[in-house]
Amino acid sequence: MNKPAFRSGRSVFGLRLEYDPSPPARRVGLVLALAIVAAFLAASLIFWAYGVSPVEVYKTLLGDTLGSRVGLAEVLRRAIPLILIGTGLTLALRGQFFNIGAEGQMAMGATAAAGVALFVPLPPPLTLPVMFLAGFMAGGAYALIAAWLKARLGVNEILTTLMLNYIAVYGVLYLVQGPWRGKSLFGFAFTDTFPPQAQLPTLPGTLVHWPTLILGVVLAVLLQVLLTRTTLGYAVRVVGENPKAAQYAGIPIARVVLLVALCSGGAAGLAGVGEVASIHKKLLDPSQITLGYGFTALIVAYLSRGNPILSVLTALLMAVIFAGGDGMKIAFQMPFRVVDVFSGLILLFIIASEPLVNYRLRRKPHG
Amino acid sequence: MAEPLLQLRGITKRFPGVVANDRVDLEVYPGEVLALLGENGAGKSTLISILYGLYRPDEGEIRLEGQPIQIASPRHALELGIGLVPQHPLLVGRHTVAENLALGVGAPLFPAQRIIPQITRISRAYGLQVDPKAQVHTLSPGEKQRVEIVRSLLGGARVLILDEPTSVLTPQEAEALFGVMRELRAAGRSLIFISHKLEEVLGIADRVVVLRRGKVVGGVAAQEATKAQLAELMVGRSVSFERKRQAPSLGGVVLEVEGLAARSARGLEALRGVSFQLRAGEVLGVAGVAGNGQSELIEVLSGLRKASRGAVRLEGQPISANPAQLFKAGVSHIPEDRLGMGTVPSMNVAENLALREYDRPPLARGLLLNPKALEAQARAQVREYAVATPSIYTPTRLLSGGNIQKVILARELSGHPKLILAVHPTYGLDIGATEQVHRVLLEKTYQGAAVLLVSEDLEEILSLSDQVAVLYHGELKGPFPVESVTRESLGLLMTGGTA
Repeated sequence: MNKPAFRSGRSVFGLRLEYDPSPPARRVGLVLALAIVAAFLAASLIFWAYGVSPVEVYKTLLGDTLGSRVGLAEVLRRAIPLILIGTGLTLALRGQFFNIGAEGQMAMGATAAAGVALFVPLPPPLTLPVMFLAGFMAGGAYALIAAWLKARLGVNEILTTLMLNYIAVYGVLYLVQGPWRGKSLFGFAFTDTFPPQAQLPTLPGTLVHWPTLILGVVLAVLLQVLLTRTTLGYAVRVVGENPKAAQYAGIPIARVVLLVALCSGGAAGLAGVGEVASIHKKLLDPSQITLGYGFTALIVAYLSRGNPILSVLTALLMAVIFAGGDGMKIAFQMPFRVVDVFSGLILLFIIASEPLVNYRLRRKPHG
Repeated sequence: MAEPLLQLRGITKRFPGVVANDRVDLEVYPGEVLALLGENGAGKSTLISILYGLYRPDEGEIRLEGQPIQIASPRHALELGIGLVPQHPLLVGRHTVAENLALGVGAPLFPAQRIIPQITRISRAYGLQVDPKAQVHTLSPGEKQRVEIVRSLLGGARVLILDEPTSVLTPQEAEALFGVMRELRAAGRSLIFISHKLEEVLGIADRVVVLRRGKVVGGVAAQEATKAQLAELMVGRSVSFERKRQAPSLGGVVLEVEGLAARSARGLEALRGVSFQLRAGEVLGVAGVAGNGQSELIEVLSGLRKASRGAVRLEGQPISANPAQLFKAGVSHIPEDRLGMGTVPSMNVAENLALREYDRPPLARGLLLNPKALEAQARAQVREYAVATPSIYTPTRLLSGGNIQKVILARELSGHPKLILAVHPTYGLDIGATEQVHRVLLEKTYQGAAVLLVSEDLEEILSLSDQVAVLYHGELKGPFPVESVTRESLGLLMTGGTA
């Protein structure tokens, strides 16, 4: 239940804040847009302090992304993992499973796919489907650890999913430096390059691995249908929005939480498969595969307000910032972390603006 | 008598749909123990919250030593000399007593060390035994309460409000508390003592003021009062007492409970050997002050809690601890907490009406929801139960309390339940909605349902039930046929007396 954060009826400068428990969609959109604009303004201050004109920065940001074919392709490439992870996290958010471990789940998915690609003899047409399947299972199973601990022992999943990220990273590092280290690449901590049947096609001249893109959009649609049109989705929403009511109605809460975790971890696993099967074509240091997508996707999910289909759009927005950040690094010699500052500011402003959605300003009535 | 120390005149406080305090007048004299008596929902808590600066009254005036005052906050209340000892102590468990007491009032340097002499002085003066260096989490409930009393006295309280102080204490600890209260009274401080327990009230108080439905319905000197008289004042005597119930035609035994014991969420024994039978078409009213095992009884019967001992049989079959299966077997549950448990407030009316049967036809087709069936069911039930809602797609939280309750009734009673567990089904509802709830429940009994009605409203219990029982400290007194009990005898049973 939302409780009023401010005392209603207090007036300032003849204006009065009024609590409104059911904000119209228009106001929700407006507040969101204003929050994003405010985040851009705040980021301007940082650019200005860094000695760069904010106007130039934003020009570059837009020009390098939406303004050219190459830029657009870059945005799409960045959007692919964000769509997959973001829609999965949107589902998790609806079921109140706070999954901060998408990075680790993505790395596990990538590892499982690499294992299939390198070590499992399969008929060539089956290789990629089995890689995706293995990636989904690995990512999902990895998220299930935290979900099981939550359902069984009440362990906070925010902590476990976060910690499991590190275990995944070091596990994969061990593999690529030890048993899985490639024979053809002396001295590098890589596996061998995947055989051709384990590589995804890309749009000519770009790194856009379109099969994964399609998979992401399809998954978003499927999850939207799941949430709004199936009995399972109904159960997820009840569990997420009022666990006590779920208990009262006899909905098996533990099973719902496990399933939500499986799907959300599985989606992150798929994203990992897409990255290694196209861009890298091998397994390597997981921090170079995940690149923080798992955290940025949290913003994607949060922005979509629980709608998997909307998360495709919000993933594109975050992809613009991600891709634009590369351009900014090159054009202005700004540090690599500028993208994190940017997306962090956006998340901060959106979360801070959340309570405002439920208020409207009214002229104070006389008397 | 001397000038009153604290005086309330015409205090009125309204909440949406409820008048919590209705023109309350109250005087507190120096050096007296004033008992405030009333059922849950009678307005005691609201009145305390006003005195302690948590709420502001909508109307009326508070005077301290004859001067009108506005109490802005708890801190301000304490500055004015009004202290509250809360029912459940608000202390930091990992800190020592001295550290807790120094919080917010201590010196900037070494606050805990420097407050110890003051604590010792106060505890000697009033016989309040507390060890300032003890860690709070090692203390018993009685000791924690003494810490809270010391806190108020440190702040210079002249009026001390004790909110149901004995509810967490053993009889021996309660006796010790009364000793402290007598010392404080002798020292000229005023105490406001809130309790349900008539015996204690008569033992310690100088005057008793009774609240009912937000109004002061009587004030008597404790010496002249009797338990029966206070019980009658507390639960009310309405001249137009009218039984709504037609003579029931009883069927076979629906529910059989034998030697049932269960533990509360905190692991305490909440039900001790409860036994009763309930027949088809019968209404059993269970009265009692909140916290005497009602919640646990309902949780066991609805499948939300496992019994630790004893047997529960529904039409001869042992029940499973699964709410969904029990609902299918014919057990409906109208829970006490409408927003927290009975509905999903953010979901719409149609979805809330589907909560019990969303995964079965006609609402489900395989794994898919059938939106048309959901809509059809919602339209029919909204019409039948006269739910006032802008649309069936309105989030339930936007509905009034009465209409939320109607949504729950529609969902729980639309099938043909064999057993209806109704917990405070009319709490906080207006007269119209109350009437409707009563009518629907009774109609269901004429169709053969058994009803277990848990309520603190004795009028409701007496006008609907065939059998009446009282839960007190986890034990069931009764059931008695409704003709053999009176409001007064129930009131006595509820407060630990014998009928």
